[in-house]
Order: sequence, then structure tokens, then C-alpha cells
Amino acid sequence: MTRAQMPDPSGPNVRFKQLGQPLRRTDAPGKVSGKTMYAGDFAMPGMLHAKVVRANLASARLRRLDVSKARALEGVACVLTAADMPDRLAATDIPGQTGQKRLKTDSQILVRERVRYFGEPIALIAAISRDIAERAAALVEFDLEPLPGVYDPEEALKPGAPLVQGTDNCVAEHKIRKGNVEEGFARADFIVENTFRTPFQEHAFLEPEVGLAWVDENEVVNIRVSTQVIEHFRSIAEAIGVPHNKVRILGALVGGGFGGKEDLTVEVYLALLARHTGRPVRLEYSREDSFVGHGKRHPFKLTYRTGVTKDGKITALDVRAIADAGAYVYLSPYVLLYCAVAAPGPYRVDNLNVHMRAAATNNMFTSAFRGFGGMQACAAYEQQMDEIAKRIGMDRLELRRRNLLETGEPISTGFVPPSAIWTDRCLEQAWAALGEPTPSHGSLRTGRGVAVYQQSYGRLTFLHDSSEAWVGVEVDGTVVVRSGVTDIGAGQASALGQIVAEVLGVSLDNVVIYNSDSAVTPLAGTTTATRGLYMTGNAAKRAAEAVRARLVARAAQAFGAGVAEVELAFDKAFRVDAPERSMSFVDLVKLCASEGIHRSELAMFRAPFTDFLDPETGQGQAHPDYTFGAHAVEVSVDIETGEVRVLKSVGAHDVGQCVNRAAVEGQIEGGAQNGQGYALSEEMLYREGRLVTPSFSEYLTPTSMDMPKVQCILLESRSGIGPFGAKGIGEPALTAVAPAIANAVADAIGVRVFEMPITPERVVRALQGR
Amino acid sequence: MSTHRPVVLTINGRTETASFPAHRTLLEALRELGHVEVKCGCEKGDCGACAVLLDGVAVDSCLTLAWMAEGRQITTVSGLGSADAPHPLQQAFADSGAAQCGYCTPGVIIAAKSMIDRNPDPSEEDIRVALSGNLCRCTGYVKIVEAVHDAAAVMRTPGDRK
Repeated sequence: MTRAQMPDPSGPNVRFKQLGQPLRRTDAPGKVSGKTMYAGDFAMPGMLHAKVVRANLASARLRRLDVSKARALEGVACVLTAADMPDRLAATDIPGQTGQKRLKTDSQILVRERVRYFGEPIALIAAISRDIAERAAALVEFDLEPLPGVYDPEEALKPGAPLVQGTDNCVAEHKIRKGNVEEGFARADFIVENTFRTPFQEHAFLEPEVGLAWVDENEVVNIRVSTQVIEHFRSIAEAIGVPHNKVRILGALVGGGFGGKEDLTVEVYLALLARHTGRPVRLEYSREDSFVGHGKRHPFKLTYRTGVTKDGKITALDVRAIADAGAYVYLSPYVLLYCAVAAPGPYRVDNLNVHMRAAATNNMFTSAFRGFGGMQACAAYEQQMDEIAKRIGMDRLELRRRNLLETGEPISTGFVPPSAIWTDRCLEQAWAALGEPTPSHGSLRTGRGVAVYQQSYGRLTFLHDSSEAWVGVEVDGTVVVRSGVTDIGAGQASALGQIVAEVLGVSLDNVVIYNSDSAVTPLAGTTTATRGLYMTGNAAKRAAEAVRARLVARAAQAFGAGVAEVELAFDKAFRVDAPERSMSFVDLVKLCASEGIHRSELAMFRAPFTDFLDPETGQGQAHPDYTFGAHAVEVSVDIETGEVRVLKSVGAHDVGQCVNRAAVEGQIEGGAQNGQGYALSEEMLYREGRLVTPSFSEYLTPTSMDMPKVQCILLESRSGIGPFGAKGIGEPALTAVAPAIANAVADAIGVRVFEMPITPERVVRALQGR
Repeated sequence: MSTHRPVVLTINGRTETASFPAHRTLLEALRELGHVEVKCGCEKGDCGACAVLLDGVAVDSCLTLAWMAEGRQITTVSGLGSADAPHPLQQAFADSGAAQCGYCTPGVIIAAKSMIDRNPDPSEEDIRVALSGNLCRCTGYVKIVEAVHDAAAVMRTPGDRK
């Protein structure tokens, strides 16, 4: 579809009863009073405590493993090694997917022979106390023969490099070809080339990985676990060799996810130990375990070569990038794909050439992290835009205005997003909100930066995503929502309640949401990929609308009116044209119940289903839709110490339609924090694959003293494909923060630091090299 | 292993007795006694998730030994109020959306209570300093700072003081 054919998708300014308001979330009272039980807060009679024994080298061969002393320790119930189990693998491919073929990337559960990363699990222990489990771990004897390792993804792709995965360490490759870049560069007045480096990042959720498993009277392995993905029951079942219906995941409210609880964490270890001992087993990672126990954000090296005319029109773009996949593949192919699709950003680039590869190394494996490749692309394309503006002598915002995609235009893959593209409005409003500039003084130089972005919401469309939800009305007029959705802190469950309450015209207090139980709540898919509200929200809305239709039909009959004339609102059914003709919601429900009218519905929502993108040109549909927005910051840089402080931080996003305004703001405020840490202070230092910063003393996430008061600007085009025109905001909130900060630092000191995090050392070095 | 000895702890106004070894931290002891509202985030005093009041002052319970808490008043977030009868801090945190994943919330509320008891009319800077030992990964601290500010105002109102 071309722009001319596409009608303005933005929706009217509708009036909702409660949707969009900052209602108190259903999970709030329990959390603030300490009543909420997280996965680690459960215990069972006879429960054992588990411990994972890990490799202390990153590349090695296991020569000898002797667990006899550990097994002999009093109080130890079980010590498991690879020798104690069939040579099964655990899935590391797209979690929770349904029926789709997996890539051949499954990994060993425990080291059998080859150690590929520092911290790779070698043995599992279950004992009657945590103290004894730790003492037993110290009694496990193993000899590791060091093998040559490779710790730089570029080195890993060279012929003769130590092999970590496959035949050449290349675990993923993605290309996009559009137009003719040679012609585009020939028409350019300037060609600007820069290389940007982005770092590892740790999710740093406050709740470390934890779970409790037991085998019940039906031989079902039950696992209550902190996870984003209850659908892992399938891959756990395959890993331990039982049918899918013999594993049940009970989620709990999750103490932070950010992608770090998207892959399997403790589940398979728990399942194995519970089956071997026949007793309940609890495993809680220490913070250090957590640092070495789950995948990180992929570091990228991205080289951008842009052709541009003197009036600021981009004529060609060539992007080369290489990502560090670490020791196992995990979600690297998908992260790489996201990065490639996002490579040109929300800009009109007719002549485009993208080539990206992900290389296996002996570093920690890398996988899902909020932003998922799209963020690394943004870090590069938005710094590149500022460098182009500087080179051609054009205002940074003006350069962007001249190239921004507008509604109805295709993105890099040729796909036209079905929703509005309001990047321009977000850009202007974020920038304007910075207000009066803070003057520089002494050694403090202030500077400003802005970045715009395009970030998908919803899963890759070739994964054929679907979501189910159940809505029912009890005879006392209370409402029940059942959805497998995991709530990782964004208010995923509460949002479903608010949507259903809006549709049925009841207050949120009347709704209870039962969620995240793979055996009894309809599977919602996963809480990943900014899909929760889009997919599960649509499924819940659909179920609520079906219930509503039956209630309204009965009320219309009672009122002697057509169904279009009946409204459900304020806990009542009434005639729109004669509101005095009304019936309480409770009476209507009782009436329906007495007549056997079906008061519940199980609904499914399906995302668009597509084939894989063209492997040579990368053209086609990758995602259901995209969110667009901007982030602007003001910083001060101390040119004597190199310290950067963020003074102002503004996110402006077209969220389509707020469901819970406070929750949306919370995503943007938290995104600003996560992006600020990524840009400035969060540094994972690896020495030959060994993490030397495995605690919050060394790995510095922003504190209350580091954060400014983040300002949120919410635009509502009501054009999204989520419920009521909503778009996703979980990942988009974060995407543009880091490049905005990098641009502000460059603005402040007149020289760019091309590698994040922009630590004081790097700032001083850049100033010295100026 | 060190010897166990009975320890008498006063938790949220009630006396509880249990046997602990010398190396048992107050965090571990409280959780073993069922006070799982006290959260474990790092066990190194970096994150503040395990904060409790010890004689009215916020401490990291992971850096306090259970034996050393004997004879002192221990208050957890559940001791301040309940879901039905919330403390003004709990009310403000719920109303303003200051709890997202909620895992840091018990410790943050304890740190805020400790500060407000000494500084009933804190500035934004005072609040940020007081909470600087409590890591949060979800909120950017925006709504947390607002909630503490709002709660302090409620707590200054005569009759509502807790």
C-alpha cells in the first residue's frame, strides 16, 4: 500500500469509563503490604535445597569429575552429573512457541565433556539445608583442562579460530537489500562512516532466579518459578523425557524480568532433582549465580556508512554489524534479525544494504533483553544522525525531520506498519519539554541530545503467535479473568482486568484475575516481545465482548429495545436513549444465570501469520506493528573528572491508547533508568570469559541519586493493533534513551565517545584525544 | 559448624524464639520464621531489598546477624500496616503506582519510614539520599519519590501520624 491509498489510521478521541486512567493496580495492595508471595516465598514439608556447581574456566575439557565425597556428606539427598542422565538437551530457541520447528540450537544441560563458558553448570546438588548444599558443592572435585578460547566475536569468525559452535562460529546471519546502494552513494554529496560499539548488559532484576518443584500424585512435575514464560513446560518435559502434560508451571508475580527470565533458568535443574529425590526441591540463585547464570544483552559493533545530500536527504545506507552471541546460540538469530530490521531506524532509506552476523565466543551467552537488538540499532543510527548533521552543518532536528518516515510509508523490509507513525510529533514535544537550557559553569559543560526510534511490539510474525483468555461472570456480579499471562511487574494482569471491566461496565474492584498457571489458565503465550497487552489484551477483550453480547441481548429483551440501544456501564445495564430504563449488573447476571445463558467465554486472538522474510533481500513482514517515539536529555559533563550527570530526561511516545496511565508512565520512567545505566555506568568486564564484576558493588545500576525526575509525554493516536488502539510500550520506552544520552555528551564536550558505557575514563580519554 | 543457640526475637511487636547458629543472618532468620515479606536480593548489602527497622532505624538484614538482633525491636513492612489497613507509605505507594514488580518495595518503604521518622518534612533531595541504598530496576524512582513525598505529608497531618 502506498501512502496515498492508506487512510489516516489514527482513531477518534473516544471517552472511556475507566480505560486510560491511572487506576490503582490490582497487584498493588499485596505488594506494598508484603503480602504478595513471590516464587521464592513458598516452602513445602520435606523440602530440599539445591545448589548448582559451575565451571571456573570459560573454555576447557572436563577431565575428571568426582562427586563421591559430596554424595557421602550427611544431609545430601542427591548429586547429579551428566553421567546420571540420558544425553538430552534443553531448548534455547524461541521460548514457548507453539508447533513451530525449532532451530538446532539446544544446549547441554550439564557439562558432559566440553566447557564453553565460565559458570557453565557441571553438577546439581540437593540437600536438607542450604548450608549442607553449599558444603557439598565445595566437596565436588573436578579437573578442567584449559582449551584455547575466543573472546572477541571478530576473532571468532576468522579461519582457524577456536571453535565454540558449528563449523565456523557464525551462529546467525541476516541481510537486507533494498534499492541500489551504489547509485545512492553516487548521488550523495557527503558520505559519513562511523563505527559504534554497544556493551553487554545485565538485567539486574531485584529478584534472583528461584523456583520450587515437586512431583505430585499423578506423576506431574509441578514447578512454581519466577519466569516470563510458563509455556516452558513443553521444553522442560522434553529435556527430562516426559510427555508435555506431565509438567506444570505455576508462575508467581515476578520480581522483574526484562528478558532475563525469558529463557529457561532453574526449571530443568529443579525438575531433575525433584524426580530423582521424590521430594520437593527449592533452588534460589545467589546474586553471583544470577550474574553468571542467565544470558546478557548482545554487545554489537555496528559500522554505518551513510550517503547524504547537502540538503540533508539520505541517499544510501550500508550497515555492517557483528554481535557477540557468547557460548550458546539462544535467541541470537532473532536478536540479530530485530537489529537488522531496525537498522535504518524510522527513516526513509530507499537504498539500503544491511549485513549482520552473530558469532559464538567463550563469553557468557547472550539472549533476550528488553530492546532485543532494536535498541542496539538505535544506539547506532541515532548517533550517526547527529554525526551526519555535524558533518553537513545542519540542525540535528531538521536533519531528522527531512528523513522521518510518515504514516503509510514502508520500513526497511518493505512492510507498511498498519498504525500511525507519529515520530515527528514525539520528537518535537520531547525536545521542547527540555525547556530552558541549564548553563555551563566551571568545569561542568551542559549538552543536549535527542533520539527517535522504531521498535516492534508483538512477536515475529513467522512464529504464528496466538493468545487465549477466559472471562466469566459469577452470579453475584463479580468477574473472573483467567489468563496464563505472567505478570513481570508492568501490571500485565491488572491491565486485563481494566480492559474486561471497561467492556462489561463494572469497576476494576469487581474483577479478579487468575494468571500464570500452565495447567489451569488458558495459555496466553509469553510475556516477552512487548506482546502482553497486544496479544493477551486482545484475547481478554474478545472474550469479554462475547460475554457482553449475551448480557446485552438479554437486557435489550427486558427493555424492549435493540441491542445497539443498550449500554453496560457503572455496574448497570441501561437504555442509552432512556437511562431510567436500567437494571443492575447483578440482577442482569442473575437473570441470565436462571435462564442458562452462557456467562463465560474462552477466546483466542491470533497475530498476523506470515512466512519468513526473503533470505536474500530481507523483504517481507517481520512484526505485527511498531511503536514510534523519542527521548530527549540534558546532561552535564565534568571535563576534569569525566563524570556525566543526566539533568533532564524526557520520553515522548505514541502509545496508541493508554490502558493504565500510571503503568505506562512507569514503563517510560523505568526505561529511562535502564537506558541511562546502559549508556553511562553499567559495565560487565570479562577477562578471558570470566566476569569480574559479578555484584551490584561493581556493576552500577542507577540509584535514586543518579536519576533525574523523568518526564513522560504520552501521545495517543489510537491507531495501534492492541486493544482499543493501544500500541506496546515495554521495550519501546527504553530504545532511544542511550543514544540520546550519547548525543548529549557529544554536544556538551564537542567530541563523541563511540563506545558505551560512556564512563568517566572514556570521556577523559576522548577529551585528551580531541 | 557453629553451635546453635536459642534466640528471642521481637518481630512486629511479637516475641518469637528459635535456634540459630552464630553465622545466621537476620534476613535468613526472619525468612525461616515465615517473614518472607523481607526480600533477598544480593546478601551483600548492595540492594536494600532486605531492609528492616531495628529499633526504628533501617538496616540491611543481610548484614545483621540474628544473634545481634536479640532484645531489639524488629519491624518489617508487614509490621507497618496491612492491605486492609495500610500505613500512609503503603497507601501512597499503591495509589501512585510506585510498586511495579514490587520486589524492592518492602525495603524501600522501610528506608522511607526510617527517614520520615527523623525528618518529617523531607525535600526531594532528602528522599533521594535516604533511598540511595535501595536499588529498583523498574521505576526510575520517579513514582517512589513522589509516593514518599505524599506519604510524608499525610504523616505530618495530626491524627494520621504513625
